[in-house]
Amino acid sequence: MRRFLTCWCILVEALCANAAHAQMKATAQNVPEIPYESVRNFLKLPPNLYLGEAIGVATNSKGHVFVYTRSANTRLFEFDQNGKYVREVGEGLYGFEFAHSVRVDSEDNIWVVDEGSNLVIKFNPEGRVVMVLGHRPEVVAGATATAGGPAPPAEKYTFSRPTDVAWDPQGNIFVSDGYGNNRVVKYDKNGRFLKQVGSEKAGKEPGQFTLPHAIAVDGKGNVYVSDRGNNRTQVFDNDLNFKTAYENVGTAWTVCISPGPHQYLFTSNSNPNGNPPGSWDITGEIYKMELDGTVLGRFGHASKQLGGFQVVHMFDCRNPNEIIVAEIESWRVQKLMLKPAQTKISLAN
Amino acid sequence: MKRYFLSLVASMLLPGMAAVAQSVPEIRFDSDPGALKFPDNIHLGEAAGVATDSKGDIFVYTRTGHPTISIGTSRAFAHGGSRLFEFDRNGKFVREIGQGIYGFLVAQQVRVDPQDNIWVVDQMSNMVIKFDPSGQVQMLLGRKAEAERIPALPLNRPPGAPGGGGGGEGPPAPRGLPGAGAQSDIFQRPTDVAWDASGNIYVADGYGNARVAKFDRDGKFVKSWGSKGDAQSQFSTVHGIAIDAQGNVYVADSGNKRIQVFDPDGNFKTSISNVGSPSAICITPGGHQYLYSSNSNPPDDIDANGEIYKLELTGQIVGKFGRAGKAQKEFGTVNAVDCRNENELYVGEIGNWRVQKLTLHP
Repeated sequence: MRRFLTCWCILVEALCANAAHAQMKATAQNVPEIPYESVRNFLKLPPNLYLGEAIGVATNSKGHVFVYTRSANTRLFEFDQNGKYVREVGEGLYGFEFAHSVRVDSEDNIWVVDEGSNLVIKFNPEGRVVMVLGHRPEVVAGATATAGGPAPPAEKYTFSRPTDVAWDPQGNIFVSDGYGNNRVVKYDKNGRFLKQVGSEKAGKEPGQFTLPHAIAVDGKGNVYVSDRGNNRTQVFDNDLNFKTAYENVGTAWTVCISPGPHQYLFTSNSNPNGNPPGSWDITGEIYKMELDGTVLGRFGHASKQLGGFQVVHMFDCRNPNEIIVAEIESWRVQKLMLKPAQTKISLAN
Repeated sequence: MKRYFLSLVASMLLPGMAAVAQSVPEIRFDSDPGALKFPDNIHLGEAAGVATDSKGDIFVYTRTGHPTISIGTSRAFAHGGSRLFEFDRNGKFVREIGQGIYGFLVAQQVRVDPQDNIWVVDQMSNMVIKFDPSGQVQMLLGRKAEAERIPALPLNRPPGAPGGGGGGEGPPAPRGLPGAGAQSDIFQRPTDVAWDASGNIYVADGYGNARVAKFDRDGKFVKSWGSKGDAQSQFSTVHGIAIDAQGNVYVADSGNKRIQVFDPDGNFKTSISNVGSPSAICITPGGHQYLYSSNSNPPDDIDANGEIYKLELTGQIVGKFGRAGKAQKEFGTVNAVDCRNENELYVGEIGNWRVQKLTLHP
């Protein structure tokens, strides 16, 4: 029976790997569980407003929560720190097609990454567009068939289903790109191309990616990339030279680095879409780590109930003890209160 | 070496061309970051067209979304995707014009004629729509394809091939020189519109065709000229059109990197080059007219081109300003220049989804 299971797992892994969605059990041993509670009814949506797949979530310096969601149309909503609905940002916007990420920079500008329009869009805190990276192809030629075959060479200013955005302390912009390309691109603060690591081609070597799915930058400017298809987080210096990789915490779906003098790195071994048999037993948890890769603790598990996760796509960690989690398949955003005392104990470990 | 260079330049110039490659003076300029003020729920997409009327009101024709396709019983239909907004001279939002109208699919250009009628050119519905100053439709040129083929037919099909331009099921392509189009108001991805002093209408047509079509003031077809190519009176992407007080027609022949000048009957007069690829052109009103021409960067590259030239109507370059980029005072694929005031320009950008108000300090 056990042999059968193993064979089955190998088969499933092979199938999944084809779709760059390989899921794996974390190899880190004896990781302390961090206790937490999920706040009940955190986001208060007005009647007639519904979240779809909760793809992106981020907070600004006031604690306001931005949710980039795939509803009938892709939309961006703002809530206050108590979860009260504030407004819709970018209503009907040209670049809103299929949500993938929202992040808020140190000046409270709101950035969204849309993998349907291939755009990274910067809003100022008032909610007006102030910069656009990438170009959405004109539709005037009419609907065309989905392109097949190998990806064309990656271009400086054109994305192929980009996934995420981050900034270093100087304001340089880093974009993970994405499902079509397999690279990370660095731009200056005015959006001028500087360099890239990776290419349009997927790969397993250091500095290559198979679906770079999320990105974060620490206070020293080091760049952390969730290399989801390769089940690792790759770390680069500010010039995108490879430094190291963390490979013991399962599939790296998304990454968040908390601010402040002592920064923590959070990464999610999200359970896979479709809930294949056995997947809930080995995936679904989130890891808290030091920037150097030391695993401090883990929390959460795959579940459709409140407090559990159903395919975590992104989370906010501005406060490392209050994690706001967006899930694909439960169409919801949860606020998790981690128990600081326990966290300190695990830190001591 | 110098002689060789000069003769090389001379050989590239057509007779009568005045502009000569030389160091071009930079024109200092400022950009007003708050030129247009938007209601919270109104956002520009790609700002394809911008124009002012005689009161200084500003009209912006913008791609606010992609057209949506709905599924009929046997055909697919395209709806929406662009909007036309009006702001007053201080940038305050006034109104939306043509909300939900049949022909607004992919915004290409807006121009305002001397009587303050507002003319919109839509690249996908293949229509030129004239609104009177109150915002009522007054005249239409062209017809939107009834339905869309999915997947679309390839663009630039050989003459006589079935299907219309712009991915739609339009009328059959005419037999004749490639790009010459039909002798009618059937456009293929038109780009711009202009009028002479008598009110005759000239349509730049366009991406799909390679011709200029002339209509009388009532919209009756008069003639058209041009076909695809790089010879005199041929075009490679007719991207813009403007007319001076004498009725001369200036055509931005973008793919051939030149502005061709014709008399009102379409007879070739001269050609202006060495200003890059003219993408958006504008002629100032008044006694001494100037021509502005934008060498717009491609939408997927901000490390090339982007500058706007100011020229005499003879083609002599007065100066240039700006470069491609995303910051204030940089340009992201300028698609429209309004020059009702010689030193106060409005530019509409594809790449940066914005309209900048520029004050030149010549």
